[in-house]
Amino acid sequence: MTLRMKTKLTVVTALTALLLSGTAFADTTLTFLVDNNADSVAAAEALATAYSEKNPEVTVEVEQRPGGGEGDNIVKTRLATGEMTDVFLYNSGSLLQALKPETSLLDLSDLPSQAKVADGFKSVVSTDGKVYGIPYGTTMAGGIFYNKKIYSELGLTPPKTWAEFMANNDKIKAAGKVAVAQTYRDTWTSQLFVLADYYNLQAQAPNFAADYTANKAKYSTTPAAVKGFERLQEVHDKGLLNEDFGAGTYDDGLRMVATGEAAHYPMLSFAIGALKQNHPDEMADVGFFAQPGDDAANNGLTVWMPPAVYIPRTTANVEEAKKFADFVGSVDGCKAIMAVNTVQGPPLIDGCDLPPDVPAAITDMLPYFKDGKTAPALEFLSPIKGPALEQITVEVGSGMRPAAEAAALYDEDVRKQAKQLGIPNW
Amino acid sequence: MFFLLPTATSFWYSLTRWDLMTAEFIGLENFHQFFSEPFLVQGLINTLIYAAMTSGLKTIFGLLLAVLLTSNLIARGFLRTVVFFPVLVSTIGIGITFTVMMHPTRGIINVALEAIGIDGPGWLTDPALALFSVALVDLWKGVGLATLIFIAGLAAISPDYYEASRIDGATRMQQFRRITLPLVQPATITVITLSLIGGLRSFDLIWAMTRGGPGFSSDVVASVIYKQYQAGFYGLSTAGNVILFGLIAVIMVPLTFMFNRREIEQ
Amino acid sequence: MRRTRPIVVGGISLAVSAVVFILPFLFIALQAVKSRSEASRLNFLLPKEWLLWDNLVAVVEARNYQLLLAYFNSTVITVFSVTILVVFSAMVGYVMQRRKSRWNSVVQGAVLIGLMMPPAVVPTIGLLQSIGLFKTMTGMVLIQVAYNLSFSTLLYRSFIGTIPRDLDEAAMIDGAKPWQIFVRVVMPLLKPVTVTNIVVQSIAIFNDFTNPLYYLPGKENVTVQLTLYNFQSMYTSQYNLLFMNILLVTIPPLIVFIFFNRQIVAGMTAGGVKG
Repeated sequence: MTLRMKTKLTVVTALTALLLSGTAFADTTLTFLVDNNADSVAAAEALATAYSEKNPEVTVEVEQRPGGGEGDNIVKTRLATGEMTDVFLYNSGSLLQALKPETSLLDLSDLPSQAKVADGFKSVVSTDGKVYGIPYGTTMAGGIFYNKKIYSELGLTPPKTWAEFMANNDKIKAAGKVAVAQTYRDTWTSQLFVLADYYNLQAQAPNFAADYTANKAKYSTTPAAVKGFERLQEVHDKGLLNEDFGAGTYDDGLRMVATGEAAHYPMLSFAIGALKQNHPDEMADVGFFAQPGDDAANNGLTVWMPPAVYIPRTTANVEEAKKFADFVGSVDGCKAIMAVNTVQGPPLIDGCDLPPDVPAAITDMLPYFKDGKTAPALEFLSPIKGPALEQITVEVGSGMRPAAEAAALYDEDVRKQAKQLGIPNW
Repeated sequence: MFFLLPTATSFWYSLTRWDLMTAEFIGLENFHQFFSEPFLVQGLINTLIYAAMTSGLKTIFGLLLAVLLTSNLIARGFLRTVVFFPVLVSTIGIGITFTVMMHPTRGIINVALEAIGIDGPGWLTDPALALFSVALVDLWKGVGLATLIFIAGLAAISPDYYEASRIDGATRMQQFRRITLPLVQPATITVITLSLIGGLRSFDLIWAMTRGGPGFSSDVVASVIYKQYQAGFYGLSTAGNVILFGLIAVIMVPLTFMFNRREIEQ
Repeated sequence: MRRTRPIVVGGISLAVSAVVFILPFLFIALQAVKSRSEASRLNFLLPKEWLLWDNLVAVVEARNYQLLLAYFNSTVITVFSVTILVVFSAMVGYVMQRRKSRWNSVVQGAVLIGLMMPPAVVPTIGLLQSIGLFKTMTGMVLIQVAYNLSFSTLLYRSFIGTIPRDLDEAAMIDGAKPWQIFVRVVMPLLKPVTVTNIVVQSIAIFNDFTNPLYYLPGKENVTVQLTLYNFQSMYTSQYNLLFMNILLVTIPPLIVFIFFNRQIVAGMTAGGVKG
């Protein structure tokens, strides 16, 4: 099967090459679809330029699409209709699984660069032992950004347990400052307290991911899983939030924690890119710690994987696309991305070391990795993530719905997703 | 052809679990699931409120503005342009602008209210208010179009009628009720039909301003459908579309018949 | 009394409309001339530096002068779609209003369905692909015509209803054929509603965002609303450039409107049905 496919593809490539050589001298244009996040686009342009310098006969054309759910639709529609670009960027983990990689994407296990890609990453872009993606960026983490100036003024230390965190918050509030910034205008930002609590959940219920996928464990009936919702509710009920939390935006949240308007902002570490762009002078004031749990001895970090580069089966330029993907996964490609993007965590490609001058928040993050105190976020362990989580967390975080009820509602949402994905036992 | 063929196939897909590549027949499961959406009922009520409110207000304000702007008025041309301005701007632009102006603490609306001693509400963050705030912005955006249709309708009324009635000694109010209202009726029907259907299907402005939030409080049927689509539940969302279509048909078909009869009666 | 009234009413409407309709535009314009960090605060304060020209250049130059290409594409799509739409829908509307036959209710049903049914994206793409029009301007124009035909037809139909039937009948007695009646008698009378149609549809199509997103992918096919994405993503927004872009893409509809606004006024004085 694969063999026949390969011969077929070689014939196609040969024909294409022949056709093209008639007009100019074997020029190829590769199209590359990325989301319109400034970092993604900048990295894509940098890769395109770097690649064309090495391979003058190939031009890489970057196309943009919106991010979020709308972007998911575009990607799915274009894959289904065979109109996908030669190479494209998309999430790893549960979102990738929804694309049915085994039928829609090319197997990239044999690319030379895969040898240096971290195994932890390969596992989130694979099905049935075949690797479909090449990492695009560094590891990320979900946790709490904090303002170091406020911490030193009030003599606080980064908390190891949730109780310490709340004690810090009380002191910050007593000092007349906003303890926790929340920004529900951008609904997705409301999920952090729940999602970044996964390390703590896993510590208490090690089999949660597997049981949850198999419909044996639920959020509402697992006390450690309800904790995330309860924590979200607690910061609201104690009045620790900024006054305009309902209308605040992601940009507002970053500004508040960078300039000291607020002491904490729970967020993914990819925010470092935007922080550096919007608040370059305050980078040294922004620190980072993992969302604390109940056990000071087991304080660890929930980790996210970056998106990956994939090749659709429908591409007409298989060989060229593979070469380009290989370049993205090489040390040179990784360096090209790092040159324009701020690193967000430890690298995923062996030999592509972090630059010496990483931001303070990254320095804070590295010990967790060194001590092995990390766990992947749930969306990288299970294909099921309820689509309405962000609305539910907004409700909890605004005091509209109590945590226990929210967990039950989320279970319903999860059930719907699992049924739609056709997962057994649902 | 571009419309009916795909529409027909979508009825089939509404009976399947569909991930764009494969469709598995699951009967009425999607409809069952859609009706058990926890927020569908509220979405239905919201849709009806929103549609009735926007189409009613657009008709009333559109007609009043049109009468005003066809009367003898200073700066008439300027006002006409200004009223139509919002129609020119894309929904995305309007959504961003008003979201910012309705910000609970820094938004210009509440800052202005504060200056006269009123503590302004969270226009878009208060669950009880969000839907109405969006409906008001919809009115702002759409009233120019309604006005334009009414102006064109008013222009088709012969001035002779007014002259004759003036000779008979009719007051302005009487003229409006006896001449303007009946003769502008085709335009009224157009405005009501278009804005009601628009209101029932309405989605883009709500999405741009609140995304159905806070929580689920300003969800309408169309936004519930869109969320299913976004989540990749294509069969489910097509089923939702079929349901929405049914809802609109149930409301619009009798209404159209009624309008048609009135038109013929004239 | 009679003379002061228009002034008073006019004055009040002027004041109200100034606040209600102009303030939001001032806001957009104000953000468009600020620096990125000032604009991200989104307030009504005057900017420290006026960056009108810098922001303008930044927006136009972005992504290799993409905006200019977008202007061109959107204009082409709009002009062709609107032309076809106007001709087509005026005819359909005329037939629907004047010929009472059994087909009439079928057509009317189709028009209503067209207005009510949310379009199905993937089957439509499949159809376009099979006839080789996907990712082409022709395909996009056809889609726009198909999606907007109902609206235009409805507009025409209701206005043809206001034209006295006597006019057609008189022409018929004079020996004119139906299509002659349509072109010679009805069309000129339809000027106000035609102008309305042109204005409304060209703005709607020019400002359309979702349909090009699905049916016209590809870098060379970019349309104006899609350029807004250059400055706004899920995670970060450059509000100053975003608002500048909003301003710039609003200019063509504004020109159309200002140009035809006079036509509407002229159409109303001249085209008003006399008799």
